Amino acid sequence: MNHRAIAAVAAAFLALLAAAPASAKTLVYCSEGSPENFNPMINLTNTTFDANLPIYNRLVEFKLGSTELAPGLAESWDVSADAKVFTFHLRKNAKWQSNKYFKPTRGFNADDVLFSFDRQRNESNPYHKVSGGGYDYFGDMGMNDLLDKIEKVDDYTVRITLRRPNTPFLADLAMDFASIQSKEYADTLLKAGKPELIDQEPIGTGPFQLVAYQKDTTIRYKRFDGYWGPPAKLDALVFAITKDPAVRLAKLRAGECQVAVYPSPADLPGIKADPKLQMMSQAGLNIGYLAMNVKKKPFDDVRVRRAINMAIDKKAILDAVYQGAGQPAKNLIPPTLWGYNEKVEDFPYDPAEAKNLLATAGYPNGFETDLWAMPVQRPYNPDARRIAELMQADLAKIGIKAKIVSYEWGEYRKRIQAGEHQMAEFGWTGDNGDPDNFFIPIAGCDAARPGGGNIAKWCNQEFEALVQKAATLPNQADRAKLYEQAQVVMHREAPFFLIAHSIVYMPMTKNVVGYKMSPLGRHQFDDVDLK
Amino acid sequence: MLRFLLRRVVLVVPTFIGVTLLSFLLIHLVPGDPIEVRFGERGVSPQRLAELRHEAGLDRPLWQQFLAYEGQVATGHLGTSVVTHEPVWSEFVTLFPATVELSVCAILFAILVGLPFGVIAAVRRGSVFDYGLMGLSVTGASMPIFWWGLMMILVFSVALGWTPVSGRISDAYYVAPWTGFMLIDAWFSDDRGAVASALSHLILPTIVLGTIPLATVARMTRSAMLEVLGEDYIRTARAKGLGTLRVVVVHALRNALIPVVTVIGLQVGTLLGGAILTETIFSWPGIGHWLIESIQRRDYPVLQGGTLLVASLVMLVNLGVDLAYGFLNPRIRR
Repeated sequence: MNHRAIAAVAAAFLALLAAAPASAKTLVYCSEGSPENFNPMINLTNTTFDANLPIYNRLVEFKLGSTELAPGLAESWDVSADAKVFTFHLRKNAKWQSNKYFKPTRGFNADDVLFSFDRQRNESNPYHKVSGGGYDYFGDMGMNDLLDKIEKVDDYTVRITLRRPNTPFLADLAMDFASIQSKEYADTLLKAGKPELIDQEPIGTGPFQLVAYQKDTTIRYKRFDGYWGPPAKLDALVFAITKDPAVRLAKLRAGECQVAVYPSPADLPGIKADPKLQMMSQAGLNIGYLAMNVKKKPFDDVRVRRAINMAIDKKAILDAVYQGAGQPAKNLIPPTLWGYNEKVEDFPYDPAEAKNLLATAGYPNGFETDLWAMPVQRPYNPDARRIAELMQADLAKIGIKAKIVSYEWGEYRKRIQAGEHQMAEFGWTGDNGDPDNFFIPIAGCDAARPGGGNIAKWCNQEFEALVQKAATLPNQADRAKLYEQAQVVMHREAPFFLIAHSIVYMPMTKNVVGYKMSPLGRHQFDDVDLK
Repeated sequence: MLRFLLRRVVLVVPTFIGVTLLSFLLIHLVPGDPIEVRFGERGVSPQRLAELRHEAGLDRPLWQQFLAYEGQVATGHLGTSVVTHEPVWSEFVTLFPATVELSVCAILFAILVGLPFGVIAAVRRGSVFDYGLMGLSVTGASMPIFWWGLMMILVFSVALGWTPVSGRISDAYYVAPWTGFMLIDAWFSDDRGAVASALSHLILPTIVLGTIPLATVARMTRSAMLEVLGEDYIRTARAKGLGTLRVVVVHALRNALIPVVTVIGLQVGTLLGGAILTETIFSWPGIGHWLIESIQRRDYPVLQGGTLLVASLVMLVNLGVDLAYGFLNPRIRR
């Protein structure tokens, strides 16, 4: 081939590459992984929840960008004075999506609500075992225990009766596991002998419907024109599944996606400096902490626990490990949550005072302890090992010799929940924006049992009474007061060294408008538009 | 010939059992199991854990699990993923064409570039070109794929904007998977832009995955050519007054190709190994990507089944190469 021929071929090839596709208003979101399937009842990962958010609705929804509750498939609801009976008035204008297996003959109604809960709690429901069953979130939120009756009053009214008063229940209903599936679709598939399709070819009432899913490649949605709420501004939404954060960022910079999730902390300064990009940030709904096992000496002594709180330089940890992606924590709940007690003052970093406290507690020369660090990166803790090393150095200054211990993640969790440690790093990511969802699982008395999630094994009657009472009051302002008091008690007793709430960043191109960051860590595109 | 064939085929059986045993053991040596790994801070109650482990058959002794697995494999069942609940085989079939497409492009790239380079280096032995090329090929062969891939993306996709960053086709196109080979599917989608997009997405991963085979092929070609060029018959050919091109291409290259073909055959394993990293960097939805994910999720059936299928493939190719050899060179058959 002579040079001219080569040049001609190259030119033709380049022209072919330059042929840009014509497209409707499509937003491409560089997401972090493939969903397990299209059923948020069964799965536990945010990746799966995000993939299902465009499709499904719940009775109650979180307002976009907040933890406040808003009407969803229920237009309104009444709560009985004893916070045990919840009556939901359902929306009459919600329609079901359709696909090649299913054309709905009716809109959303009470039967769908009953089906969606029955599937999860009734073992004889034909769908209970479909897609592997296992409704762990439903179980974890105590639903099996809490729910007494779910009744259809009429086609558009559902009454749920609880076994005991529980106001946070409303927030539970806005969680992903409480998504509503179509009973008519379920019946159709059952008749066709393909029940598993309900979780692979989903039908929902949400703003987008699924067009195609290719594992590890893309999830494609198009706007659902029958959506009951304000119609989505995008014609189409694409999740481009891209596991590596460096590649996600490269795609964002090359304009191959408009929004990219979970940037790595090291890239943050570069993103901020890039004139083509904008970046949103928000405190994550989480807490990373060091728990002191109060069932073990010397941490049964509150003076020792306070000494630890004064001996560790929190700011140094934030600077060295979080690198701008964290804010120091003084309360168990993040400041974005209602009920946060602004007045609590964090322990100062004061090694001299810490040493004095240790001396009065009978440890003038310090002591030996273990210090557990988890082996994995978590949303609230980018590098537990590094944090443990920094803590170890600080503790050595007041004579405490800490030995760092670590196990594989599953094993680690099991052992600290059993209470084998003296001090251990751990944390929590909130599910539903209710303070109850932090206090009870992390610091409640029930969770302090061996195997429970309260790894300080701290059970304080005064604290417990406050948070238990708060869960039964119908009024949020009254509840907030009790939670504020509970935070004062916790600060006084100091069972934890509270490290940080992480800050979540979301880089996107400048032409993306209307994106709201969710304090719950959801990624939702209902209101998003492209300029 | 028949005896040779039978001997080779019989040898596959113990290799096969060895591979299943090794993959089974290695995976179970990694701490954590598919059930526990699914749960976050909330953890899981011991009762529920026991229940789930029982359902998945993980509560039985390891040797029982292994025998059950072997039995299952012997009847042609690879099990279902504990994460997606889809059969391992159907996931493999969906994703495998992507890996094949990438690997074929990479090996073609390696041959088309490596062969001429090797020949030129041999003919111009000792020249600057020769030293430069051999230096480059050592660098290429020892290039960490992960670093190399990211560098290529940063330079060609981000800084220069010439090639797409990752994926198999621009997200603006939707090509229904028919054969699973994106180029073919795009060709039949009647959208010329889709073909261009698929081609442009292949460039970087092909280069990255093809780099190590390219270096190997170039070096092998060079040394085989050097050997052949020193033979008497080449001198005779030259003495006859044949042109250099004819001597090199017709007389020397044809004879030098035999060891080069072997090396190319052996690259299949390297390619599949490299594909795991390349696919991860370029979000290429093939089996490499799939296997990495299954390690993180401790998805035992996928990992075992996937490893088994990949290993079988390598064995099959090696068997094919051996048989072809026996066919080509009668001395080996004995």
